[in-house]
Amino acid sequence: MNAHVVNRSAAEKTLFRQFAEQQAREPSPVRAAAFARFAEAGLPTRRVEAWHYTDLRAAMADAAPVLAAPTPADIKAARLRLARRERFAPGAQLVLLGGRYIGELSDRLPDGVTVTEGAVLAVPVADPLAALNEALSPSGCTISVARGAEIAEPITILHLADGMSDYSVYSRSAIALNAGARASFVEVFEGAQARVQRHSATIMTLAKGAKARHVAVVGDEPGLHIETHVCDLAENAELEAFGLISGGDLTRRQIFVRMTGDEAKVSLGGLALIDGDRRADTTLQVVHAAPRGTSREFYRAIVDDDAIGVFQGKIIVERAAQKTDGAMKSQAILLSPRAQMNEKPELEIFADDVVCGHGATVASLDPEQVFYLRSRGIPESDAKAMLLEAFGGESIDRIEDELLIEALRARLRAWLGSRM
Amino acid sequence: MLEIRNLSVSIQDKLILDNLSLGVNAGEVAAIMGPNGSGKSTLAYVIAGKPGYEVTSGEILLDGDNLLELEPNERALRGVFLAFQYPTEIPGVGAMTFLKAALNAQRRARGESDLTTPDFMRRVREAAQALKIEQEMLRRPLNVGFSGGEKKRFEVLQMALLGPRVGVLDETDSGLDIDALRIVADGVNALRDPARAFVVITHYQRLLDHIRPDVVHVMSRGRIVASGGPELALELERNGYRDYAEEAA
Repeated sequence: MNAHVVNRSAAEKTLFRQFAEQQAREPSPVRAAAFARFAEAGLPTRRVEAWHYTDLRAAMADAAPVLAAPTPADIKAARLRLARRERFAPGAQLVLLGGRYIGELSDRLPDGVTVTEGAVLAVPVADPLAALNEALSPSGCTISVARGAEIAEPITILHLADGMSDYSVYSRSAIALNAGARASFVEVFEGAQARVQRHSATIMTLAKGAKARHVAVVGDEPGLHIETHVCDLAENAELEAFGLISGGDLTRRQIFVRMTGDEAKVSLGGLALIDGDRRADTTLQVVHAAPRGTSREFYRAIVDDDAIGVFQGKIIVERAAQKTDGAMKSQAILLSPRAQMNEKPELEIFADDVVCGHGATVASLDPEQVFYLRSRGIPESDAKAMLLEAFGGESIDRIEDELLIEALRARLRAWLGSRM
Repeated sequence: MLEIRNLSVSIQDKLILDNLSLGVNAGEVAAIMGPNGSGKSTLAYVIAGKPGYEVTSGEILLDGDNLLELEPNERALRGVFLAFQYPTEIPGVGAMTFLKAALNAQRRARGESDLTTPDFMRRVREAAQALKIEQEMLRRPLNVGFSGGEKKRFEVLQMALLGPRVGVLDETDSGLDIDALRIVADGVNALRDPARAFVVITHYQRLLDHIRPDVVHVMSRGRIVASGGPELALELERNGYRDYAEEAA
């Protein structure tokens, strides 16, 4: 399949070999089709618009070996680690070890929620890394919330890595809310070290009138974190999503939201805390495909040292999506003269009766504010930390869950505290 | 107690304070009056340590220590308090969070433990009552959505809680109606103490009807050009600053 393609990178060559080995063990025409889509595009470069600020082909020297399914010994070790670990959020927890759902490490789910293994087939977006995930990931699990069920506490999906060796970990999960269901999900990524390359995909479907919250917490230190989040909303469905990035050498969160039904509502937010020589890229594509939809996007980033942040947000309003109300905002604070933030908000509007807007700012800490706090005896480092906590906290506070706000703010304070 | 000696200050090579000298004794309220652009606010900012001013000569001694060698927060811990003409709005930082941070910074500098929450709440409540500050206002972000009068009352609340050696009031009367002015003045008068000094910077006599100064200094073109008793302020009210502006020229 690659005979006509010249100049494959080392990482691409490894991926071809890894996929061929997988097909030899377990042939799958669906995976082969997905890999063909990836192969046609290859690893994205700056020339691919959606990857313009993150040249993955250049950044990925090689693809690490694909992690095998965990052994009973791995599961036993994970159980010990879980026992010592403090949970991010209350509520039931599902554990993915090495990208695979492990029932025996997971909690019993509340009534109205079920988990089905091996059910996730496609990652339904046009993106080379989504296609790669579909080709190489174990087929994952689907979490379903029954029609009309209201689940009080969040359900945590813990992506646990042991992080001690070179490997690629692929995972794919689906979250399906049936009509009128309400539930909150937290994906926590933990335990990866610099030699880990992570490829995660989460596919959400919200049926009519369903309401979901999704919070992703990327706080460990993988060399590569590629996360694809897809959500389709039916009529009157609502999604509130938030992502915190506070670690990892190269993090890319790509979020594809499609409002298929009328009067769907979306509120997306995120906070990226980037220092050292890390890179963090958040790229959104929000499609209004039906009338009277509302979308709000509110992203913030704090960038220090030589770090590079990226925010790309595209709102597409299709011809049918009259009366769309969309507003996107991205703001960053740079703490060092070498820190960089690339912001690219975009609107593509094909309907004529819409209200849409976007704004992006990049600034330093306001010296007037720093001076005001210092003039009251507050040391400079504390004053700056207070202002940065306020700046980051305002993005977190939009989540309508006090406990999650507190847990995320604690991460923000810890990040500030570790470096101020 | 506060001794300013031969202070010259520039902003981007423009001389704002020109070899200014001024002494303020403990227990004294010194008014500094002057026309717009005479350097009054610059003097306030330089005492407090605001960055961006170039001190080309002189010193500012508080109890014998040169403030110019100290960071703004260190000056505050030595007892300098600047009541801002335009208090800075800080979204996302709660007024109470800020007060607690300021009080605890002061306590830590003295080697004391942080205030307990009930003790902190009690102190704030007492001070707020005296200044007719509603609890609701304290739940807002710092200075955000405060009216002009609320901002000035909140400045005086901070001053009452921090108990400075020297309070510098920069145009505290600006933007206040007569009722608010009276509340703010009462708040300042309540803090008058033999061990504490005030530098009251104002353009108008009006504030000095409520905060009675012991001495009045007239500032023009970056210098003190006249000093006298409270009667000097009344004279300025009648005749304006014209005489002094010419004298300095």
